[in-house]
Amino acid sequence: MAAPLRLTLTPLGADGHSTTLLHDTTALGHIGVWSIQESRLLLFHDGLPQSVQSVLLGVLADPLLETGAFSHEVAVRPPQHFVDVVLHAGVTDPTAIALHEATRLLGFDVGHVSTGRHYTIDGHIDPTNLSRLVTQLLGNPVIERWSINTPIAAQDATLGAVTTEAEFVAIIDASFDDLELVNKQRSLHLDPAELQAIQSHYRALGREPRDLELETLAQTWSEHCAHKTFRAAITDQHGKAITPLLRQLRDCTDAINAPFVISSFVGNAGIVQFSPHRTLALKAETHNHPSAIEPFGGANTGVGGVIRDILGANAHRPIACTNILCFGPADLDPALVPDGTLHPLRIRSGVVAGIADYGNKIGLPTVAGAVLYDSAYTANPLVFAGCIGEAAADAPPLTGPHIGDRVIVLGGRTGRDGIRGATFSSGTMDATTGEVAGASVQIGDPITEKLLIDALAERHDLFTAITDCGAGGLSSAIGEMAELLGADVELMRVPLKYPGLAPWEVWLSEAQERMVVACASHALAALKQVCDRHGVELTDVGEFTGTGRLVVRHNGVELLDMETAFLHDGRPQRYMTAELPSPNRASANVDELGAIDVGAITLRLLAHPNLASKANIIRRYDHEILGTSVVRPLTGIDGNSPSDGVVLARPLAQTGIAIGIGVNPWYGITDPEFMAHAVVDEAIRSVVAVGADPSQVALLDNFSWGDPRRPETLGALVAAVAGCCTAASAHGAPYVSGKDSLNNEYLGTDGQRHSVPPTLVITAVACVPSVESCVTTDLKSAGNFIVMVGRTLPELGGSHVAKVLGATVNGAVPSPDADAPVRYQRLHQAIRSGLVASCHDVAEGGIAVAVCEMALGGGLGVELTHTSHADAAIGLFSESQSRLLCEISPQNLDLFLTTTHGDGVVLGTVTAEPFVTLTPGSTINLEEIHEAHHGASAMKSLA
Amino acid sequence: MQPLALIISGPGSNRDNDVAFALTRAGATPAIALIEEAVNDASLVSSADLIVIPGGFSFADALGAGRLFGMHLELRLGDALRNHVERGRPILGICNGFQTLVRTSLLPGSLGHNNGGSFICDWTQLVPVSQKCIFTAGLTEEIHCPIAHGEGRYVVAPSELVVLEANDQIALRYAGDNPNGSVGNIAGVCDSTGLVLGMMPHPENYVVPRQHPRHFRGHVGNLGLTLFTNAISQISGA
Repeated sequence: MAAPLRLTLTPLGADGHSTTLLHDTTALGHIGVWSIQESRLLLFHDGLPQSVQSVLLGVLADPLLETGAFSHEVAVRPPQHFVDVVLHAGVTDPTAIALHEATRLLGFDVGHVSTGRHYTIDGHIDPTNLSRLVTQLLGNPVIERWSINTPIAAQDATLGAVTTEAEFVAIIDASFDDLELVNKQRSLHLDPAELQAIQSHYRALGREPRDLELETLAQTWSEHCAHKTFRAAITDQHGKAITPLLRQLRDCTDAINAPFVISSFVGNAGIVQFSPHRTLALKAETHNHPSAIEPFGGANTGVGGVIRDILGANAHRPIACTNILCFGPADLDPALVPDGTLHPLRIRSGVVAGIADYGNKIGLPTVAGAVLYDSAYTANPLVFAGCIGEAAADAPPLTGPHIGDRVIVLGGRTGRDGIRGATFSSGTMDATTGEVAGASVQIGDPITEKLLIDALAERHDLFTAITDCGAGGLSSAIGEMAELLGADVELMRVPLKYPGLAPWEVWLSEAQERMVVACASHALAALKQVCDRHGVELTDVGEFTGTGRLVVRHNGVELLDMETAFLHDGRPQRYMTAELPSPNRASANVDELGAIDVGAITLRLLAHPNLASKANIIRRYDHEILGTSVVRPLTGIDGNSPSDGVVLARPLAQTGIAIGIGVNPWYGITDPEFMAHAVVDEAIRSVVAVGADPSQVALLDNFSWGDPRRPETLGALVAAVAGCCTAASAHGAPYVSGKDSLNNEYLGTDGQRHSVPPTLVITAVACVPSVESCVTTDLKSAGNFIVMVGRTLPELGGSHVAKVLGATVNGAVPSPDADAPVRYQRLHQAIRSGLVASCHDVAEGGIAVAVCEMALGGGLGVELTHTSHADAAIGLFSESQSRLLCEISPQNLDLFLTTTHGDGVVLGTVTAEPFVTLTPGSTINLEEIHEAHHGASAMKSLA
Repeated sequence: MQPLALIISGPGSNRDNDVAFALTRAGATPAIALIEEAVNDASLVSSADLIVIPGGFSFADALGAGRLFGMHLELRLGDALRNHVERGRPILGICNGFQTLVRTSLLPGSLGHNNGGSFICDWTQLVPVSQKCIFTAGLTEEIHCPIAHGEGRYVVAPSELVVLEANDQIALRYAGDNPNGSVGNIAGVCDSTGLVLGMMPHPENYVVPRQHPRHFRGHVGNLGLTLFTNAISQISGA
């Protein structure tokens, strides 16, 4: 096809984005790039008259910012190269949509437009490296196509003929092997027992299943939707039966019986109530597989998805977002990047940009999180996204759907994006995943979701039930809502982004920004009015019938007819075997650390990517919007030191909420049970440290694990759940919602499986009874004392000091401290009484790192005069749990020590001189600490 | 009677509620109208004492920050807004609102990508400069408030900058570090009447003391609210 008319818009002058891009090419090794210039590219497939071209240049090219030029050709002078990258036909193109709106205002039509980017690249680059540059940095084959050194051609937009008739799949007489073949060919990811259950069901019906029925079963019964492992009957290696994992977590919550829990483990999110007037909905999700193959889109829609979970929880209005990110090493040798995966630097750039884009645009503060680096995450990056919402406590509960209610789809249109995400995320990835699963990546549009939030927040009384369209799309959303009543749905009515979608694609598409509500016929007109006002598309696609059958039609032709009872309860329970771990819990031999320079080690710890400042990531997220941030993720005199928990409160409210995160995969490698305990404790400790009430803490659990069909992997999961339950019970902190993401594995071309380490993320959301009594981590005044509450044991297993020393320190990981719950209660009393000037939890890197962060935040020094353990190095670097450092003024010291019942130990004093003395012979200065914490390892650049 | 403040939102404006809260604290009565409502009901603009274009990502900024929203305002409300100013009533554009107003005839210059290349959320201190601008006239103390933008680098032709300086149209400058590469550390500019102000920082997010990031260090800075109260007191007094 002929090259279309092109418009390139190139920034004038220095362009920070292109500079960042050049920096990111270093992830590819030395490939000879001197410079890269990015321009915006618009293709006008139908051509444009000269007069329209001039008007468009006037509108789109601001002479102060950019130059614009129309052309059919691209002029290059070797050694200059160029690359055009545009979105595939069918992928939502917001720029093209906006351009059409702009030209409509101007009174003309520009016809078919596609948009993308044009890169001018200088340098002696060989063709192989140029191609790598494009595939690994500039473009993504999942959503984009490109051409190198040739103007990009128009794409054949002719769509294949659409099959709208149901196909019957022959399974009722199939052998076991043939069933497995169907399973594999259709990527159903079902267990053998599940295939047989489906076969028996259709045998009894005396007919073959239709393709859409099989797909719907596969989605509904996927690990992603059905949590098969967490509901499985498990026996350990000794033949002992283990209570199903989800049951254990629910039992734990039931036994705690916390008065503030309104709803746990049902629906889209947990609901709690800390104040008389408002309830909170809490949820955290994973979006790992999509983020691995398309980092921006995967992370972007991960945020969008968890926000819709909150909307789907009785229409709570989202108020804040969180995220926890796990990447491979940013400085990984490009030669070591596994086939079919992206370099960690590229993944990080895309994920952070994706989170920032969604959160910033939808207008929610992104307030809490963590970033972890480990080579085990290279092929399997993890993206956890959380959201909190609020609703008036007296909002009437949603009691539907009721028989006769309409099935209403709200929000974005349906396209071919994100098909089969639930089954995709339930499988293992390999070198071909990016290509095969291309259609599994969703495309985000935060503005459409913002409008959806506004419309739903305006009137709560117009719908009787609500759920979000997530994994499985309409099949899951309508399927779940119709569980008790059944529904009859006409797919022809579903609004599409473009023609040519087969019915099964409409039914399974995971196109974003859609919600399904049940609405009584008499309320429909009013709901439509609200939606029209906010620019939200509303479509009536069917009815909740009361027949107990889910019926799906296309143009009247029946494509699916199933009993909802079989769909939701027909899945046979999975039987699994676990090999429980037997961790080494002997104390570390102190000598393993050897003779060390504690000052130098402390600086190396502060510079370690896991502990170095994350300010350059955090500042990419708007954490000021809504005006509710009271304790931010960053604090201190220059606003650049880490906080423990964060605190949110309405500007005039006396009470607020604190959010804290716990995560530590390194303990989990050797001792998943104690890891889980430590992680729960860390999340709670983080919120207590800022002033939250430890008796009003709700927890979210998120497990990202390897393939649980391997007994030792399942054993680690069983042990972690046990740790979760003991820790939560000890603290009286219930779980209200959770999510598991299993099969985070990559099958290398070498045939080796690479699994993530056991990664449990605990999010604590707690009540802050008095916002004005909150404390931060930064030191306040010279002359104050540094007091530790807690006890230090020789616990170096999985510690960061072992990492920076490169030492194999085998000993125990930090063990539970039975005194922690009462300690936190007493500390909370002390904080509320105003006895604590600053407070910081002790975590990775031990007391040495915690005290340096406090000093940095306050611009003050510290002289440690006492060690917390007989061995100075243990005292400084052990990661024993449940410890906090408190800054106490001389006049408050006695009262603080009394309030904490002798639990506190004075370790030193705050000094005006900018030095941290760790031991009598070992002093480092604030400048060195700053350089280590904010220097090379802290990110200097992010594309 | 309290002055009426009309907040005009485009799809994707997201600090409309924040600015409504600030306006309330400053003694005005705010109302939020979507662009279509403001176009369809002319009395909304004509009865407003103050108009605010809030922050956010109007129309997803898909054609460039504020570009499409600016076209809507210019082509559909331009006369009404110019008339509003002619009657001596102020207009404030914050962040995306500033990016939007520079796309109309109401404010000079442009806003480009931050020189660091990415979105940045941080706190800044602002020096009120213009004695002509209704929002900054008479203010002497530095104002503290956050920024949250990716395209906040103020750009203007050198010849026009000379005119802006001479006409006292530089309303606010960043004190200390320039966060985005704006020419002359400019954080906000006003039009030749002093009634229309565009600024990148968010004064609406510092209206009560504890919103300050160093509140727990005992910091008491000059509230962003000052800008609103300053303008509103002059409207009320008029």
